Amino acid sequence: MTEISKIIIGYLILQGAFLSIVAAVGLIRLPDPYTRNHAASKSATLGTISVLLGVFLFFWIIDGQINSRVLLGIIFVFMTAPVAGHLIGRAAYNTGVPLWERSIQDDLKKAREREKSRG
Amino acid sequence: MKTNDVIFQTTTKVVLFIIVMFSIFLFFAGHHNPGGGFIGGLMTSSAIVLLLLAYDIKTVKKILPINFLTLTAVGLMIAVLTGVGSFLFGAPFLSHTFDYFELPLLGETELATAVLFDIGVYLVVVGVTMTIIQTIGESE
Repeated sequence: MTEISKIIIGYLILQGAFLSIVAAVGLIRLPDPYTRNHAASKSATLGTISVLLGVFLFFWIIDGQINSRVLLGIIFVFMTAPVAGHLIGRAAYNTGVPLWERSIQDDLKKAREREKSRG
Repeated sequence: MKTNDVIFQTTTKVVLFIIVMFSIFLFFAGHHNPGGGFIGGLMTSSAIVLLLLAYDIKTVKKILPINFLTLTAVGLMIAVLTGVGSFLFGAPFLSHTFDYFELPLLGETELATAVLFDIGVYLVVVGVTMTIIQTIGESE
């Protein structure tokens, strides 16, 4: 029982660390703010949640105490991190940050122009 | 340009309750665990700041019709009165005590008079932080 759960906890924490590394590499490698924002908000969120879940299971199974603050933290990060990514991306678009030069489609630009011509 | 804040405002409506609940938890945890009046007050005021970010200052004043300067004064008065209260029992200023009581639903609970002092600290922190932020936000 304890050995299996130790393996699961170790896997969860390693997965979280790996996903955080993926987010960091994405921040360095990707070309424009929107793709970087995509890497940071998705991968780092799941990485954080994996580490927190591992911590919660560790204290529950090994130490025998249920830490509700960690569960609340998981819910909180899961709810707020994507909204933060959305707000950063929208603020970047509204201040006129250009897309990557090899981007093909920009539907929001068309919608904004239609709105402007309508008045 | 008219901004569209539906996602931000909806998330704020849900997240606000988590933050306020956690700040109250931190406030009451302060006696035996990390926490206390200062950090609980800061977290409550951060919840109000989140409300200020999502909505404008007039809406927040309508939701919370509190004069934060009065709140600071009330907090200071509570803190001083808990110190003066120890004179009633012939003890020096700011002496605190605690005892165990049988409460309905909670069972045997330790109640300390230091919590009353902490309520004062909590109210002062909330009042001062919100006064600073609102006066900076209002001046243009």
